[in-house]
Amino acid sequence: MINIPSTFRIAFRALKVNKMRSALTMLGIIIGVGAVIAMLAVGTGASKKIADQISSMGSNLIMILPGATTAGGVRMGAGTQPTLTMGDAEAIQKECLAVSDVAPVLSGVAQVVFGHQNWSTGVVGTTQSMLIVRNWQLAAGKSFTEQDVKSATKVCLLGQSVVDNLFGDMNPVGQFIRIKNVPFIVIGILTPKGQSAQGQDQDDTILIPVTTAQKKLFGTSFPGMVRTIMVKAKSTEDLAPAEKQITELLKQRHHIGPKQDNDFTVRNLTQIMQTAEQSTKVMTILLGAIASVSLLVGGIGIMNIMLVSVTERTREIGIRMAIGAKIWDIRLQFIIEALTLSLIGGVAGIIFGISGSELISTLAGWTTIISPLSILLAFGFSGMVGIFFGFYPAYKASLLDPIDALRYE
Amino acid sequence: MAIIEAQEITKVYRLGDIDLNALNGVSLRIEKGEFVAVMGPSGSGKSTFMNILGCLDKPTNGNYFLENIDIGDLNRDELAAIRNKKIGFIFQGFNLLPRTSAIENVELPMLYDGISLKERRQRAMASLKSVGLEGREDHHPNQLSDGQQQRVAIARALVNDAPIILADEPTGNLDSKTSADIMELFVKLNTKSKITIILVTHETDIAAYSKRIIKFLDGRIISDEQKKRL
Ligand SMILES: Nc1ncnc2c1ncn2[C@@H]1O[C@H](COP(=O)(O)OP(=O)(O)OP(=O)(O)O)[C@@H](O)[C@H]1O
Ligand SMILES: [Mg+2]
Repeated sequence: MINIPSTFRIAFRALKVNKMRSALTMLGIIIGVGAVIAMLAVGTGASKKIADQISSMGSNLIMILPGATTAGGVRMGAGTQPTLTMGDAEAIQKECLAVSDVAPVLSGVAQVVFGHQNWSTGVVGTTQSMLIVRNWQLAAGKSFTEQDVKSATKVCLLGQSVVDNLFGDMNPVGQFIRIKNVPFIVIGILTPKGQSAQGQDQDDTILIPVTTAQKKLFGTSFPGMVRTIMVKAKSTEDLAPAEKQITELLKQRHHIGPKQDNDFTVRNLTQIMQTAEQSTKVMTILLGAIASVSLLVGGIGIMNIMLVSVTERTREIGIRMAIGAKIWDIRLQFIIEALTLSLIGGVAGIIFGISGSELISTLAGWTTIISPLSILLAFGFSGMVGIFFGFYPAYKASLLDPIDALRYE
Repeated sequence: MAIIEAQEITKVYRLGDIDLNALNGVSLRIEKGEFVAVMGPSGSGKSTFMNILGCLDKPTNGNYFLENIDIGDLNRDELAAIRNKKIGFIFQGFNLLPRTSAIENVELPMLYDGISLKERRQRAMASLKSVGLEGREDHHPNQLSDGQQQRVAIARALVNDAPIILADEPTGNLDSKTSADIMELFVKLNTKSKITIILVTHETDIAAYSKRIIKFLDGRIISDEQKKRL
């Protein structure tokens, strides 16, 4: 029967004898565990951020831009020349079966004034469908309606950042603001969405009826011109069919022959984001794997020191054997010593990793998320490293011949 | 029934190409409760023989029975258990663990016998007391005199109630006064506790404490004298 608590006590004492050496050996594990935790925190943070952006963007989103792209990427002039119309948007809504909602967009940057405050922001002319397409709720007031779009009323919905900059603590609903000197009445406030994937403040925006934007603010080079069209597919499975249906419909509407380049581009935003999410997951695994290498190196450090320790303490091993220590008494003594090193290193490494990822998030401004699982994983891994790399030195010690060990100088 | 029976034991050390016969067929019976002194010139094989008796080393040839158990049949762990329970080995160089208090050194054999901390403390304390080291239990070996260190080693040998004590020149590093004290302790253990004692010594006045003197020369026993009771 082996006495584990006493063996731990013996291990502690042995480690205390060479404080500096033990501390340096632990440092390898501390850095390893710290790196694993910090890297996983960075990776998890990035994944979480993208996942949040996907849900804030609205799900199953397709965007139609003017101009052509080739398979190799964006072609010259893509998106510069407006080619899309309200008619396109309506046709998509009507004819593409995989599509649930369509929101045409005509936007621009404009100066907005309320009282003495003024603010320059993106003004988005669109339809009431935008709220559904972008999965946007109202924090206060109500949305504009189909009727507002039809009759080009001067109503607007404000993003939270615009509210903060123009109104402070005041309730904006029912107030008049001036956009490009045109008076608009505020009828609703959008719930905050935070930053977009590109780092833009999605709340720094004003929604107005698209017809109002065309007639009062930005003008059109041809009737019913819009800059982009945003489309929500019925489901994730419908994304690809919707893309195809839209492309075919617009080709037909824009009279584009089979050999001609399209004058529009259909982008499956949800798919792009999902790809990004997938790649951050891969990145997380990769970062974790690289960090694990340093933990492994820490383990080799433990093995190295334990081998030295076994040689140095050959006589002690001989004495213990002469007094009746069995093979596993000796083995456990050294394994537990290695385990103690790696577990203390592991705990210190967890603290190091947590403060490290805090530091990364403040210095680099990245979102870092420390999951309890990653802490458990790193701690368990460090324990396994201790046992694994402690075993060989322990095994060597246990096979010493008692009389040779006693005679060792 | 002999507590120790050695039959034609030989020990050959290979040193490169040459064989060195440290023991050339040693046969010996020792009964329970004997007090035996082993003497002989340096290099005659005394330590080699003691290490075999102590199950620290194995003979090249021959059989060794301890309490009628054939030691040759035992594996490492079984040998360790014999060293733990049956034999208290005392070395010339004490062989105490450094940086470890006297009491913890004495507790060590019990640690490997799976005895609880409380009982270990208690018994180690009693054992230290029996060798006259009360109040020294927290001293480390480097804080103790040679004689005191050897007493700690004796306390350690006694603590598991081993029936046999093997001592290889236990007084070799001690002055004559301290040696005499240690020998008195052995005599007491032998007469009072009926412990079988075998000790190696170069000095006749140390051997005089024993009841039987065995002399070695060139790996053989050349004389074996039972002492007359005075
Ligand atoms: N590990 C070893 N390897 C080779 N030869 C050895 C070994 N141990 C002992 N010997 C040899 O065996 C012989 C007997 O040695 P042993 O130590 O038993 O003598 P001893 O009687 O105890 O001597 P001393 O009185 O000096 O202690 C010696 O010739 C010695 O050189
Ligand atoms: Mg000797």
